[in-house]
Amino acid sequence: MELFWYITIAIVLTVFFILDGYDFGAGIIHLFFAKDEKDKAVITKSAGLFWDSNEVWLVAAGGMLFMAFPTFYASVFSGFYLPLIIVLWLIIFRAIGLEFRGHFKYQMWKDIWDKAFGVSSLLLALFFGIALGNIIRGVNLGGFENGESAYEAHYFFLPLWDGSFSPLTQHPGVIDWFTIIIGLIAVVTLAIHGANWIILKTNSSINTKLKSVIFKLNIALVALTILSLVVWQYVNPTSLTNFEERPYLILFPMVYTAGLIGLFFIKKLKKEVYGFIFSTLVIVGGITSSLASIFPAILPSTNAANESLTIYNTAAEDYGLSVALSWAIVGVILIIVYFLVQKKLMSGKIDDMDYGH
Amino acid sequence: MEDMILYDRLQFAFTITFHYIFPQLTMGLSLLIVFFKWKFLRTTVEKYNKAAKFFMKIFAINFTMGVVTGIPMEFQFGTNWAKFSELTGGIIGQTLAMEGMFSFFLESSFLALFIFGEKLMGQKLHFLTAFLVFLGSWASGWFILATNAWMQHPVGYEILENGKYVLNNFSAIFGNPWLIPSFLHNQMASVVTSSFVVAAIGAFYILRNKQVEYGKLFLKTGVVFGLIASLLVAFPTGDWNAKNVAKYQPAAFAAMEGIFETEEAGAEIVLVGQPNMVEKKLDNKIAVPNILSFLTYQEWDKQIPGMDQFEAEELPDNIPALYYSYHIMVGLGTIFIGIMALALFMMWRKKLFTFKPLLWSIMFLLPFPYIANITGWYTAELGRQPYLVYGLLKTSEGVSPTVSSGNTLFTLMGFIALYMLLGILFLVLVGKTVNEGPNTQKH
Ligand code: HDD
Ligand code: HEM
Ligand code: HEM
Repeated sequence: MELFWYITIAIVLTVFFILDGYDFGAGIIHLFFAKDEKDKAVITKSAGLFWDSNEVWLVAAGGMLFMAFPTFYASVFSGFYLPLIIVLWLIIFRAIGLEFRGHFKYQMWKDIWDKAFGVSSLLLALFFGIALGNIIRGVNLGGFENGESAYEAHYFFLPLWDGSFSPLTQHPGVIDWFTIIIGLIAVVTLAIHGANWIILKTNSSINTKLKSVIFKLNIALVALTILSLVVWQYVNPTSLTNFEERPYLILFPMVYTAGLIGLFFIKKLKKEVYGFIFSTLVIVGGITSSLASIFPAILPSTNAANESLTIYNTAAEDYGLSVALSWAIVGVILIIVYFLVQKKLMSGKIDDMDYGH
Repeated sequence: MEDMILYDRLQFAFTITFHYIFPQLTMGLSLLIVFFKWKFLRTTVEKYNKAAKFFMKIFAINFTMGVVTGIPMEFQFGTNWAKFSELTGGIIGQTLAMEGMFSFFLESSFLALFIFGEKLMGQKLHFLTAFLVFLGSWASGWFILATNAWMQHPVGYEILENGKYVLNNFSAIFGNPWLIPSFLHNQMASVVTSSFVVAAIGAFYILRNKQVEYGKLFLKTGVVFGLIASLLVAFPTGDWNAKNVAKYQPAAFAAMEGIFETEEAGAEIVLVGQPNMVEKKLDNKIAVPNILSFLTYQEWDKQIPGMDQFEAEELPDNIPALYYSYHIMVGLGTIFIGIMALALFMMWRKKLFTFKPLLWSIMFLLPFPYIANITGWYTAELGRQPYLVYGLLKTSEGVSPTVSSGNTLFTLMGFIALYMLLGILFLVLVGKTVNEGPNTQKH
């Protein structure tokens, strides 16, 4: 049961990053590359039509996490208090940036919300990456110091950073150079993903340029990935044991690599959708490989005194998890239906469409 | 620790109060949009379609605000109430996760289709999308009220040795005797808000002599829906809720009604009076004997326990706020019925559109349903104190053990600043939409 819910939530979160990822990426691209008003309008529209139905995946993942792993939810949300509030602010600015932009015709009004959308997309991508970095690095559970825990073994509290910015100290903060590397990987990945989305959904004048942007970003992504793997060996020497013990898990890093390789051929691809598929592979591979490396832990402990949080010691009881299974099946079927209806009615290029709006 | 709890509570109260401004309108308004769209299908008069689309614009702005202020609510269970989440997550997580799955997905998917898809799908399907948005938003209310009902009157649970609450009866959560009355009352109250908003916009157009055709339509619709909903809010649903409080939360009931001392021969109903917490009595009280006993139990001389019957730690910790909230809600409810009944009478005499004082009153009544809704929630939440889960888990036992009070104060101030900005933007955008009116050429 725990495993089932773990996988379900991982899938929902991954879907969130694939779907909302493209409008984060669109925000980043928009910030750096969109120059004329027509492109800006069409890019915000390509994100604005869907951000809300994409964001529900995050809300749903949050709700399921709360239901299935309440101890984990409680520990992580209170332990990462400040970064989460920052994330909330960014989510709010991004959403209102997208929604409010079109309400007035003044250039300045639009510029303000364009920047709000772009900057918060960028920072959110960074913070989501940092969050993933924290999860795979682990935290000082129990606030362990001088042989004593300050809190119950499954609670912790992290400052935003500590003076050395090093992941190797006893109590690393939220932001250190390891988590920043992961943050940058997230930014670059989502920028590529967003660029692919813009190419797929619009006829904007920068589409050809975006292909070379993707190519360059992909080089950076490969470099960052290698760097992160090296650093990770220092931060967490056991990071590869899972892959040695269960060789089939290698599939996940392979998916990631396949995506990376595919993206190098971006200029030669026959169909625009292939590019989007490759960046999707990178996202899927990246998240699943990270999770697989720490499994069954979902938040490793950096001290020896307190046990890591795992899917087993944080889960709700079986009865609750199994009733939830039965309603979740109904829910998932409904969601797939809505999703197909929506995508069917709104397929094609955004700027060619007349929505009667 | 003390100020820790205070800041956590203030932050929750502030953010939920702000959040609830938006869903109370969207839930009610979605019903009225369905009504306009249905009228259009029946009559094919373009006016009704434009009305539906106009209110969907207002709905969309409110919806965005509801979403962006709702996400902080879900986060706060974990960030500020970690201990509560850890202990009860296996139960309230169920309803919250179901809300995400069954209502938010429905609402957001079909809202996009309603707004952007009219030309793509024809009128019947377009009506269907409006209906599904309505269904989604009411389902949302249903699940969140199920969550709240469990906290007010916990059922279907078992407490383990380590203090965790585990679910042992799923259907009990939805068969909770607290849930149905509170859901119906709450939904009717949100229809009150939306009808008053629709009527107020109508009155505004008539008074400004602009888009008068729509003004009349909105006013009439708002008055009819407003009167029906106001009546239903008071009776049977409000009455039913009061009976539940008397039955399951007697200490809260005594405080709400301002009964300091138990009266042997039946309790009086207090119309006016200020709680004096030092002398434990009501100052300048106006009350009618025995009515409360009759209203609650249909027996004139039934005894109702006053606050003197309870230990101090069982009583809500802010009795005056609770008492005032309750009386403001009930008082406003009575006024709403009065005004809307008068408006309907004028409509029947065909004088509604020319009787200026009434039009002005309806326009300026706009904020009051919001106040009634919010004070209603304050009644429920303050009455539940000092417990987070009634009778079982104290509020002080639910806070996050690791977050310091300085952090919470800091983020609380941040939320206040951010929400002020959001509030201003919201008013500007709604103001602009109302000013443009339903009859714009462009769209
Ligand atoms: C337009 C708004 C509005 C109006 C006019 C009223 N109410 Fe109300 N009331 C609410 C909006 C509301 C609410 C915000 O929707 C609440 C909060 C929780 C809930 O389920 O509904 C509520 C709760 C609520 C409760 C439960 C309190 C608790 O849980 O401790 C009672 C006993 C009443 N109401 C009674 C009444 C009565 C007798 C009214 C007579 C006119 C009335 N309400 C008018
Ligand atoms: C149905 C969903 C709701 C849930 C699950 C819920 C839950 C909670 C929780 C966990 C707290 C914090 C602990 C406490 O102080 O008791 C709280 C307090 C509070 N809530 Fe709610 N709430 C809900 C709806 C609302 C709404 C809609 C409003 C008002 C518009 C509201 C008003 C308040 C207030 C004013 C407090 C502070 C009470 C106090 O500090 O004494 N609640 N609620
Ligand atoms: C503490 C309690 C609450 C929490 C945790 C909460 C959570 C949320 C969240 C996460 C969203 C955004 C969903 C999305 O992404 O689409 C939302 C929106 C919404 N909430 Fe709340 N909410 C609370 C209280 C309430 C109450 C009391 C009601 C009404 C009875 C309500 C009704 C709605 C509705 C109808 C929406 C959809 C957006 C809208 O129509 O404005 N919520 N809420």
